[in-house]
Amino acid sequence: MAFAIKVNGNAHSVDVDGDTPLLWVLRDVLGMTGTKFGCGAGLCGACTVHIDGVATRSCITPIDSLDKSLITTIEAVGATAAGARIQKAWLDHEVVQCGYCQSGQVMSASALLASKPHPTDADIDDGMSGNICRCGTYLRIREAIKLAAQTNEKGG
Amino acid sequence: MILDRTASRADDTNLSRRSFLTAGAAVGGGLMLSLSLPLDRSEAATPQSFAPNAFIRIDSDGQVVLTMPYVEMGQGTYTSIPMLIAEELEVSLNQVRLEHAPPNEKLYANPLLGVQATGNSNAMRGAWKPLREAGTTARTMLVAAAANRWGVDPKSCHAQDGEVVHATSGQRLKYGELAAEAANMPVPGNITLKSPEDFKLIGTPAKRIDAPAKVNGTAVYGIDARPPGVKIATLTQSPVFGGRVKSLDDTAAKAVKGVRQIVRLDDAVAVVADHMGAAKKGLAALKIEWEEGPHARLATEEIARELEQVTLGSGAVAQNIGDVDKAMAGAATKVEATYQVPFLAHATMEPMNCTVHLRNDSAEIWLGNQAVARVQAVAAKAADLPPEKVVVHNHLIGGGFGRRLEADGAVRAVQIAKQVDGPVKVVWTREEDIQHDMYRPYWFDRISAGLDDQGRPVAWNNRFAGSSVVARWLPPAFKDGLDPDSTEGAINLVYDLPNFHVEYVRVEPPGIPTAFWRSVGPSHNVFVTESFIDEMAVAAKQDAVAFRRALLGKSPRAKAVLDLAAEKAGWGQALPKGTGRGVSLQFVFGSYHAQVAEVEVSKEGGVRVRRVVCAMDCGTVVNPNTVQAQIQSGIIFGATAALYGEITLKNGRVEQSNFDTYQMIRINEAPAIEVHIVKSSEPPGGMGETGTSAIVPAIANAIYAATGKRLRKMPVDASVLKQPA
Repeated sequence: MAFAIKVNGNAHSVDVDGDTPLLWVLRDVLGMTGTKFGCGAGLCGACTVHIDGVATRSCITPIDSLDKSLITTIEAVGATAAGARIQKAWLDHEVVQCGYCQSGQVMSASALLASKPHPTDADIDDGMSGNICRCGTYLRIREAIKLAAQTNEKGG
Repeated sequence: MILDRTASRADDTNLSRRSFLTAGAAVGGGLMLSLSLPLDRSEAATPQSFAPNAFIRIDSDGQVVLTMPYVEMGQGTYTSIPMLIAEELEVSLNQVRLEHAPPNEKLYANPLLGVQATGNSNAMRGAWKPLREAGTTARTMLVAAAANRWGVDPKSCHAQDGEVVHATSGQRLKYGELAAEAANMPVPGNITLKSPEDFKLIGTPAKRIDAPAKVNGTAVYGIDARPPGVKIATLTQSPVFGGRVKSLDDTAAKAVKGVRQIVRLDDAVAVVADHMGAAKKGLAALKIEWEEGPHARLATEEIARELEQVTLGSGAVAQNIGDVDKAMAGAATKVEATYQVPFLAHATMEPMNCTVHLRNDSAEIWLGNQAVARVQAVAAKAADLPPEKVVVHNHLIGGGFGRRLEADGAVRAVQIAKQVDGPVKVVWTREEDIQHDMYRPYWFDRISAGLDDQGRPVAWNNRFAGSSVVARWLPPAFKDGLDPDSTEGAINLVYDLPNFHVEYVRVEPPGIPTAFWRSVGPSHNVFVTESFIDEMAVAAKQDAVAFRRALLGKSPRAKAVLDLAAEKAGWGQALPKGTGRGVSLQFVFGSYHAQVAEVEVSKEGGVRVRRVVCAMDCGTVVNPNTVQAQIQSGIIFGATAALYGEITLKNGRVEQSNFDTYQMIRINEAPAIEVHIVKSSEPPGGMGETGTSAIVPAIANAIYAATGKRLRKMPVDASVLKQPA
């Protein structure tokens, strides 16, 4: 059956089975390839999107569970205050290497910063340990989140 | 792996080959420089036989275009290689634009490998001299063209910021305005490269040019390719390597909404669908019986037993110094051990994938690969097409680590595409990616040493066995039972060892394919040699750093990094109970690297790596940003392997399947990492892999310091370290 979903402010109708994970609707049906496939089992965080502002693994989120939820992906997270600060900190701090996991990292970090403007190391561990980076950019991720939190403080 | 043994030294010998430049007009009236490199020293006398290697083009709008023979897989090559050109050409980094090199082994071979591939930490080592020479040559010709137009002596002109300037008259011309005339200038016979003290870009942190697209979701990896009308397929291959499909019931799979087609191959089945969700659902609904073949009962233990057995025999002699048997007979103390390292998967974050559009007389392929010419060749063979009819679109790589030096995924995709009308993207599930990887080989080492009555080493004897990836991947480089990769890090050690003997026995395991894995041969050899040096220090009742230091008379650069790492780590200072420091030292990939790891071992045997201090002499640092990032990256990668990495076979099947059973270090477990660089004006050494090989023994040695238990088999086994209740 057809499902109505709202992604980055745009309404879409997609005709797929109800148990189809959101990830594949985004990537293969809507052609939004910024959200990445890593494990298909909610283990690596590469597919992280925001559903009503909450960091969520789209690879295990069936399309029929979304109802009227608002979905935000990497393509639009820069329009949110936390997302823009995180993206800037990622660039200022040269976080990325291969970059494949970074859509998911940016989404998790943006949700973390939005809910905790001054995250502690423990908060960062909690918010980010669901995201694997095989290039090992973790140290710069931690520093970039702290940098973004500082710009938060300055109102920047 | 270094094909030319002498080139493994970080001196200038491998980089002093003359490169040969020709120049001409580019399409559109610009200056085109084609640069050719001798592929090995023996060819150096006949320059006319050399193929052009890299291309630099300066367009009439002043844009500098570099056709980039190396791929970007996170290591920063897309930023650091253009820095070389920009430095010598006197342009800003953002004036250089990159184009992916098309597949062409003759034009774009990596000078250190002889084939078009990015691996073995040698992109910068290969590019360092020739690309600077190309930049200098272009600059010299642009200056000559301007001087010619003005009727002045070229010596009175200089280049700066993309212009040629005649200081006395104040005249200036932009490169774009000079490009066409420059193409007609003679290629200068003698050129002088910039002195390091004049470098403006080299040695200064440069921002990665690929970063913005990677933080906003617009970067395009192979898996993101979407040619019009593309269908998505996923597959299951025989769970036992070498098995075949015996029977297939695809009724339920075909009934899944969005599934278009089932493709049956000899040893695999693929489900083609509108989207990956439907393809995966269809795959789960397939009923397949497999003819499992000869490896149906294979277990890792069987492979390890065979390797252990052959190390009791003899192998090919990789290096011999002095008389080990005689020295061992006269030794006051003898130390003996066996070591083992497991099969490892690559687990790149971007799962294996390849998109193919096969037409009657041609094919197009979209993927990210470290060896694009190889992809073209094997895909063409699988498609029964001449190579020139196969267009390969290479992409950013979502993790290579050696996995994408292989073209098996492209062959698989072509086999599937042969039965599909229109383009098809074949995406492997994570489970398929882990269970049908090509793995870092299992290795077994039997090693012994003799010490005199002062605790000084008098003999070193090592025989190890395992798969030779080189023998399959680059057969000509496997000679007389040896290859340069399997032995790197086991021979030519930095230490003074007067009687030294190392043998290698090639054994190809049944039923499991092997491949290069980040830090390749040294991933195994450095673990063994640096653990065993530690065992010798213990036997000599000496401090691990002091023991090593006394053996570094011929290696001042090694001594400098060891001293620096020890000092910065606070070596010798007391640590709480249950914690310990371990050191490692290596010279591989052309770089000197020392590490001190600090670990904490819990009562249950759990190991946490708290801190890693690293000192590095990698010659000239091109982009300090990249160097620090690559060391952090290599350390996390190696620490992940030391703590968790193990692929095992049972009944011929890989037992691990996803990140729950093949674990990765996550942010909450990542150690603090300090990187200290020793300043050097030597040519650059390799960067991408050194951290990985160095960290494994540093962790094992730290665990010994914390617990008194020597781990001679990786990964760390908590049950061995667990304290009795």
